[in-house]
Amino acid sequence: MKIKFWGVRGSIPVPGPKTVKYGGNTTCIEIRTDSGELVILDGGTGIFQLAQSLLGEMPVTANVFLSHSHWDHIHGLPFFVPLFVPGNRLRLHGAYDLVSGRGVEQVMDVQLQYSFFPIREAELKASIEYFTLTPGVPVEIGDATTVTPILLNHPVVNFGYRIDCNGKSVFFTGDHEPPYNIYSPEEAGYEEYRQILQEREAGILDAIRGVDVIIADSSYSDEEYAKKKGWGHGTFDTSIRLARDAGAKILYFTHHEPTRSDGDLERIFAEVLKKHPPEGLEYRLAREGDGMDF
Amino acid sequence: MSAHSEDLIGKFGAAAEKMPAFPKSVQKVLELSRNIDCQAKDIVSVIEKDPVMAAKILKVLNCPYYSLPSKITSIDRSIVYLGFNTVKNLALGIAAIGVLPRHNRADFDIDQYLRHSLFVAGIAKLLCGRISPKTDSTECFIAGLLHDFGKVVFAQFMPEEFKLALDRAKNENIPLHLAEREILGADHCLMGSMLAEKWQFPVPLVEAIRHHHEDADQGSDVLACVMAANRISKTADFGFSGSPCVEELPALAANRCGNLEDITAEDLARIKEEAEMFSRIGSS
Repeated sequence: MKIKFWGVRGSIPVPGPKTVKYGGNTTCIEIRTDSGELVILDGGTGIFQLAQSLLGEMPVTANVFLSHSHWDHIHGLPFFVPLFVPGNRLRLHGAYDLVSGRGVEQVMDVQLQYSFFPIREAELKASIEYFTLTPGVPVEIGDATTVTPILLNHPVVNFGYRIDCNGKSVFFTGDHEPPYNIYSPEEAGYEEYRQILQEREAGILDAIRGVDVIIADSSYSDEEYAKKKGWGHGTFDTSIRLARDAGAKILYFTHHEPTRSDGDLERIFAEVLKKHPPEGLEYRLAREGDGMDF
Repeated sequence: MSAHSEDLIGKFGAAAEKMPAFPKSVQKVLELSRNIDCQAKDIVSVIEKDPVMAAKILKVLNCPYYSLPSKITSIDRSIVYLGFNTVKNLALGIAAIGVLPRHNRADFDIDQYLRHSLFVAGIAKLLCGRISPKTDSTECFIAGLLHDFGKVVFAQFMPEEFKLALDRAKNENIPLHLAEREILGADHCLMGSMLAEKWQFPVPLVEAIRHHHEDADQGSDVLACVMAANRISKTADFGFSGSPCVEELPALAANRCGNLEDITAEDLARIKEEAEMFSRIGSS
């Protein structure tokens, strides 16, 4: 299995001299299965460069899995060039939106409107199929790969995805903030809520246990998180805890905060290394263009 | 109970889809949501005291796309699994549908109904904690809150027939559900449970709504708690369900819940106070 990062930034693209090393594009990860199938996690602006790299191997079947529908995870999709070429296939997977009552097709429908984009969905040349997923129910890609959506926590429904291929596995969180108790310890609902949280956390761990690689939303440092509680993002610490509890070997920190310069990112990373010695878990900062083959 | 026609089921289902929420909770949800930093627990306390809002939110959250390991049975649980923002926006969507009018053509007293439901919910939760520690007590609360949900739908969308049923129950001093069966073709238990089923509520919740007036000797702890709580509420003067009769306690509840005298006057006073507090919010 191969993993390659095409976008590692959270919230908004931030090109420029301060982000030249780790990259300014928003979330997009390419996964190649052992038999060469293409799985794409999220369609942030990084998907544009990924698309360029695919031009030589068309026709392609792109199995895109969206963690959620916030802009920074979808707004590269209309610029996914294979969409405009006959013979290509886009298989778009994602969550059902409880509030709008619509499936994953909503993501394209909302973006490809006359006032916002010059080309309508009906004018796209590739074939597009939509798959609205149920958490916990795996999707098969080719003969040897499964992608399993896992319900995580963000202001809109967010799926993490676990990809398994020939005994190797990777888990991507999308955007995720571990849910916290909404009651304070002296309030009546505290204990019961704590139990539901515990059960929820155990459910997530059961779904990702034993995974080799985790790619986790690590938007904030602990200090920053104090002011951003409830925004739906994790911290370096929450990602480390998740990876350790799951028994992962490699942890990629991603969804870098958009105001973070390359220097800031490395400074925080150094502090994290000091505070939480890796001890069997390898930490990596996700960086555009980087990846791994295992 | 005899099988009911598809027409009847269709009519009941369509009615409940259109149900607006209670005025006070709508006002409170709108007020809380104006503040972007509003507290999750404040919204929870509003939603879980409005039967319409609670029912509609459970309906959405238990949709087939989210076959979660455990069905969503409480508003707290809904926030742990689906996030506060989603639940808040669902509540806002329900608030936008409109408000239940204070008066309906059936002359069914909505305020008294709400008091009764909250009272039963509170007692059921208390009983649950005592007799069935393994059961999520908020599930009993929701079951108590929704046990008579069918009546609000009747009052709103089948007011003439429901008024006849209310009048007959009162004049002949018979249980309301018997009068409903004669006049509407089915009782509020069926109405409420059919919706609960259609909306994929968890089985114990559906059964508690469906069987709470049956003389059953088998069933879940949730059902037993709702039966016992309903009975206690009718002997304590608080709220009014529309039924003038105090019925025998079904064997299930009697066996499972033991001595109801264990529920003290202080317990009841506290639960009444909580129910009253909700009746007052938003009225200033």
